[in-house]
Amino acid sequence: MKRIDNRLGLLSAAPLGLLLLLGFIAPVAVIAGFSIMPQNVFDLAHVPDFSSYPLLVEQGYLKSLFRSLGLALAATALLFVICWPLAYAMAKVFRRFTLVITIAVVISLCVSENIRLFGWALTLMKGGLVDGYLNAWFGGGIGGALYNVPIIVFGLVYVYLPFMLFPLAQGISMIPEDACHAAADLGASRWQIFREIELPLAAPGIMVGSLLTFVLSTGALAESKLLGGQAVVAIATEIETAFSFNQNWPLGSALAMTLILIVSALAIFAISRIDLDAVMGRGRS
Amino acid sequence: MRSSRSTEIALFVYGLLIIAFLYLPLVPVGFASISKARYLTFPIRQYTTQWFGQALESATLAELASTSLRIALIVTLLSMLMAFFGALAFARYQWRSRGLFQKLVLLPVFFPQSVLALALLILFNSLGVIPSWKTAVVAHLVWIAPIATLVVAIRAYAFDPMLEEAARDLGASTWTVLREVTLPLLMPGVISAGLFAFLLSWGNFPLSLFTTGADSTLPEWLYAKMVAGYSPLVPTLGVLSVAGSITVILAALAIARALKAVRTT
Repeated sequence: MKRIDNRLGLLSAAPLGLLLLLGFIAPVAVIAGFSIMPQNVFDLAHVPDFSSYPLLVEQGYLKSLFRSLGLALAATALLFVICWPLAYAMAKVFRRFTLVITIAVVISLCVSENIRLFGWALTLMKGGLVDGYLNAWFGGGIGGALYNVPIIVFGLVYVYLPFMLFPLAQGISMIPEDACHAAADLGASRWQIFREIELPLAAPGIMVGSLLTFVLSTGALAESKLLGGQAVVAIATEIETAFSFNQNWPLGSALAMTLILIVSALAIFAISRIDLDAVMGRGRS
Repeated sequence: MRSSRSTEIALFVYGLLIIAFLYLPLVPVGFASISKARYLTFPIRQYTTQWFGQALESATLAELASTSLRIALIVTLLSMLMAFFGALAFARYQWRSRGLFQKLVLLPVFFPQSVLALALLILFNSLGVIPSWKTAVVAHLVWIAPIATLVVAIRAYAFDPMLEEAARDLGASTWTVLREVTLPLLMPGVISAGLFAFLLSWGNFPLSLFTTGADSTLPEWLYAKMVAGYSPLVPTLGVLSVAGSITVILAALAIARALKAVRTT
């Protein structure tokens, strides 16, 4: 049986594995290669000089990278706070209503994020839905609420809410009710139960949800552009500018590589700590 | 933890508020699509349906829609195929490199899409491949096929390996087992994976933006028009694409129903 499983496993992994080697590992390797090349070269046949990495610091790219990471972190933290009560209710309190919420959220995902962000721009812009009607009805609007940093975080929170909600609900559903009852019987307060029992037991869901929202937010560019205007330049836009407008592949690669290293370190840390078979197969082995 | 009645009601209201929050931005898009003014301000004074007529007649938009659709359909088919086999390798077979394969499948999901697209763009450029809708298919697949695989894997975890072994003991070949036992059991997962794949590809923006080259998809066009050179067709197209997505979901549900009915009779 073991022999057959080995052969079948390898065979059935082949199509997807090949795609990911050529379409994921290879491009990241090419970026890694370009990131250590001298400035302004367009192929990898040069002697590496690592000159792009010091340039990142000198030209202020690093600052912009950390600003993007900061925005993503803020969005992730906010989403955790916003989603926890609802995820808890979906896993433990609601019965049929959980299905209603799930379907409603999934359908909202089917609308391209650009259209939904455009909707927020129409809602919040000067003369938009809110400001326009306030003006017409009460004679004084709030003006536009767009083009600042908090609105970008708002956009990230809005777009990536489902990616926190579902993993969190899945994680919370893995908390055995008995553990909470036992703690309550032994005199634990609601807060103690949350901190000592629910948080650790729901940790896989929390990690997956936080990682997903964080990673998606760092790569996001539409939120900054459509809602934030010129307030903040998204890191993806910076990388693209280095590639296309400045025609400096090594510099863009070094910037991309720094981001990739930070994100992958987090992802690999989280993935290796989660027992996938237990999370996805609900404890069956 | 028995929660009190008032907590339950509060949570119920909270859930409704979140749903309302998710759908709220579609309201002004809907209004904007029927506003007569070329440059939109609220409140809207005159209504018209002329933009819908223009949108449906526009050759540019038809071209955009057909590019988006072509990419999404190819991505859906290939994702379903790879996800079926990938999920078996991910969840079912106990093979040597399973742990490594699982990590390889998960990593692209936890990877910033725009950075992935730019990395692919540089790879294509250095290989001398000119980006077009075909390269966008590759980019979409790298992100969507792993997600589809996870969707099918959930199903693959839940099924009983004994069913396959019983078939094998009764003399079925590996191929027959796959076709007669494994495929029908995983089919619901494969169909939902296909639905996910289609919608993710159809609505995708960051991957398309950098990998379609001279071709353009609907989300790209919407973005370009929103950033510079607003067109009254933007909200109209928004409404049309929402309607399109809903049609796809309803169609998928209807097909799932029909399949179920066929199998039970």
